[in-house]
Amino acid sequence: MIWQINLVLLSFAVIAALTAISVKDLLSAVVLLGAFSFFMCLLWTEMGAVDVAFTEAAVGAGVNTAFFIAAIYKTTRRTKD
Amino acid sequence: MTRKFVGILIAVIALIALMQGLKDLPKWADPNQPASIHVSPRYIEKGIEETGVPNIVTAVLADYRGYDTLFETAVIFTAGVAVMMLLRRSKR
Amino acid sequence: MIREHEDIVIQTVCRFFIPFMQAYGLYVLAHGHGSPGGGFQGGCILAASFILMTISYDLKEVKRRFSEKLNVLFCSLGVFIYAGTGLVCLLLGGNFLNYGKLSKILPTDPVMARYYGMAAIETGVQITVMAIMVSIFLNLVTAGKHEETVEEEDAGDNSK
Repeated sequence: MIWQINLVLLSFAVIAALTAISVKDLLSAVVLLGAFSFFMCLLWTEMGAVDVAFTEAAVGAGVNTAFFIAAIYKTTRRTKD
Repeated sequence: MTRKFVGILIAVIALIALMQGLKDLPKWADPNQPASIHVSPRYIEKGIEETGVPNIVTAVLADYRGYDTLFETAVIFTAGVAVMMLLRRSKR
Repeated sequence: MIREHEDIVIQTVCRFFIPFMQAYGLYVLAHGHGSPGGGFQGGCILAASFILMTISYDLKEVKRRFSEKLNVLFCSLGVFIYAGTGLVCLLLGGNFLNYGKLSKILPTDPVMARYYGMAAIETGVQITVMAIMVSIFLNLVTAGKHEETVEEEDAGDNSK
């Protein structure tokens, strides 16, 4: 574990998470959630948990994003708050 | 304004409390932490000769913890069936 | 799924890409014993190939290749394979999911019988995950009205 790489990846993950909850457009929030999943995937790879990273990349960034986009396609793209 | 201040205060207090608790956790990849001395050595030492699978993660998930994976699959199945029951509108 | 945005470039690229995705999903399942991977990840990759097909083509194409009846059958078939493997071990005199007992019906020693038992249950997990993910996506994207969506797509074809 190299703490510099960990620090950079964790900062990007936190930035992606904070942006995802503060952005108004729900489609952008979903894409940012996918980016967050990818940063978590890189973090897990960096810590040595390759199986978890693989699952995160396949489910969190791949299928989950498609599900959210499908739900937005059928409901609304704007937040109420 | 007051609500925002109270929220930030609560968040900072929770952060300090969590950091205090974090001090007592074992170091990352510490070989003497409780999670590493209970059952992990047996999986690492005997996993390959007992199951013939080089990837220990698969051996633990599918063999030693087979019940867990069975009901994980059942949970996914239940989720899919629930979505089908809630959303599917057949024409007939 | 959105008819107006149909594009020959996207369709050609996806038609080229989807078989490789499916082959990769099967590779992840087959190599789950020696490298990272397994049934869950492979199933998600297979489901992603069908989702890509839904996005680039339309619902009718997906339902022609992977009909809903087959989908529902696959959903339960995976769990059945998993629990059935455990039950076969039980009938052969071991504990539930004790794959070592499979060596009585497989021409291998107990250690390799565990290897093949794990391969069987990973296949079951993969089938269930793939069918469930495709089913959830199709139900979400059409709001459960598959037939009306297919008819709308047909109407869109005629008006062109």
